[in-house]
Amino acid sequence: MIEQYIPLFLVLATAVLIAVGIVASSTLIGPQRPNDEKKSTYESGVKPFGSAKERISIKYYVVAMLFIIFDLEVIFVYPWAVQFKSLYSVFGIPVFTTMLVFLVIFEIGYLYAYKKGGFNWE
Amino acid sequence: MIPSLQDLFNILPPVIIGAGILIALTLEMFVKPAKKIIPHFAFLVFLFTAYYSLMTMDKETYSLNTLMSGGGLTNILYFIFTFGSAIVVLISYDFIRKKDIVSSEYYILLMSAVLGMMIMASAKDFLMVFLGLEQMSVCFYILAGINRRNLLSNEASLKYFLLGAFATGFIVYGIAFIYGASGSLSYLVITNAIVTGQNITFLTIGLLLFIIGFSFKIAAFPFHMWVPDVYQGAPTTVSAFMSTTGKTAAFAVLIALLLPLFTVGNYQIFGPVLSLLAALSMIYGSIVAIAQKDIKRMLAYSSIAHAGYMLIGIAAGIPAGSAGVIYYLLAYTFMNIGAFGIVAYLEGVEETNLHIEDYAGLANQKPVLAALLSLFMFALAGIPPLAGFFGKYYVFVAAIKAGLVWLALVGIVSSAISVYFYLRLVVYMYFRENSKTITVFDSSYSMLGIIIAALLVIIVGVFPNTVVELITHFIS
Repeated sequence: MIEQYIPLFLVLATAVLIAVGIVASSTLIGPQRPNDEKKSTYESGVKPFGSAKERISIKYYVVAMLFIIFDLEVIFVYPWAVQFKSLYSVFGIPVFTTMLVFLVIFEIGYLYAYKKGGFNWE
Repeated sequence: MIPSLQDLFNILPPVIIGAGILIALTLEMFVKPAKKIIPHFAFLVFLFTAYYSLMTMDKETYSLNTLMSGGGLTNILYFIFTFGSAIVVLISYDFIRKKDIVSSEYYILLMSAVLGMMIMASAKDFLMVFLGLEQMSVCFYILAGINRRNLLSNEASLKYFLLGAFATGFIVYGIAFIYGASGSLSYLVITNAIVTGQNITFLTIGLLLFIIGFSFKIAAFPFHMWVPDVYQGAPTTVSAFMSTTGKTAAFAVLIALLLPLFTVGNYQIFGPVLSLLAALSMIYGSIVAIAQKDIKRMLAYSSIAHAGYMLIGIAAGIPAGSAGVIYYLLAYTFMNIGAFGIVAYLEGVEETNLHIEDYAGLANQKPVLAALLSLFMFALAGIPPLAGFFGKYYVFVAAIKAGLVWLALVGIVSSAISVYFYLRLVVYMYFRENSKTITVFDSSYSMLGIIIAALLVIIVGVFPNTVVELITHFIS
């Protein structure tokens, strides 16, 4: 069983040897003439400006949270809607009322976000 | 499967709380004086649910195709959650006005967290446990940071969130292992899988990961790092809530899951693990609490020690031990809410009056509060005839019955150590001169809550047999 994998281990070992060998030989044998320009951090690209610590408007978070909530709602409603006919023939009215209860709970959350100004971009 | 009305009726207490949350949210949206109504509304909902849980205790049922259980032990736990929360509402009423915290949301989050705990306590399936745990934890993260103008509160919230999410990762990974090994998420099937011994290695790994995750939630050593900072930073009433009802919910899950596993012969892995966690938590909590000068931090370390005492009862692995743990949780809920309630009562608008020196000479300035706080300290230290003593007594006896004499000895030694820092507070209040008088905002609601907690500590302590017999009746 394990013998089958010997070639694979050989390839892995060779790969490690080559990688370590190249890095080791270039540091040991290669000439080393460091200067300021070489030692500085990667020099191409746009020069950094300003601070990374910027305040981000709270609205982004509110929108992200509302998005997740409505996304989840859709995830639950889709399979229900697709299977509605076959479910209805087995279970009857409760198939409809159960989802209705779920949606009412949901709408209360939506209304709360609305009333609290979650959609107000002023 | 479509849930029927009978299903909902079988788990009515969580349904009542859920409906209460929706009504409170609607009130908050459409009624102008909602800020005044919602605290009273939340209090009544909690009280009614507690009453209903006690009244319907005899009917043990399953709901939603054995996903959840109702009646029996579950209802005793419901009672602890809801009655504890009712007292928390009382001690919060003036506290959050003093601190100028958004008020309606605070109570709605309390109710929401309680709903999560109830789902955890009644769950007979890992998916339901996870659902309840997350609902509870997310509410805790928000509640810890609800005093949002305070830096410590923000820090507590973030720290709790990051470490809590980390712990949840362990739990989910454990659940994945368990599902992979047994092909089911139901407690019953898992017990059977252990009996047959199929895939036992992966099942054990999964259960151990699950226990690690829950050790975070119950604040057991060495997974306790978040406790002092979070309990100190969070608003005091929130600390009271988290440290009692949250711990109860996590212990409820551990008992429901682990107690059946101990009856399986030749499978004695969890006993030693839990004993070790218990011994380390007790010793660490009791010793480090001695060094604390901040009352809230001291109570946080005492909470770690108490998690250790409670773990003894589970580690014993016999029904009497688990009954002792639930009795302990009942007692601990009331004594800790009472202690934190008094700390919240005395706390100033800013984070003042929290140092042990501030309590010097309190007996002259506020004799009633000093007497009540001494009562709670005696109860926490475990001095008879208060509730804390019998809590420890039952778990120690269970440990000795199960042959864990060393664990009971460690427990007795560490509770002897803990007497020092509990009684130090009493000494400060009665035998030290006040260097300065502290300004205290009187609150009749808080006083009522604290007195109810004190009465319960005495009643539960004077009639321990009645309570324990009731619990034992349902547990076996």
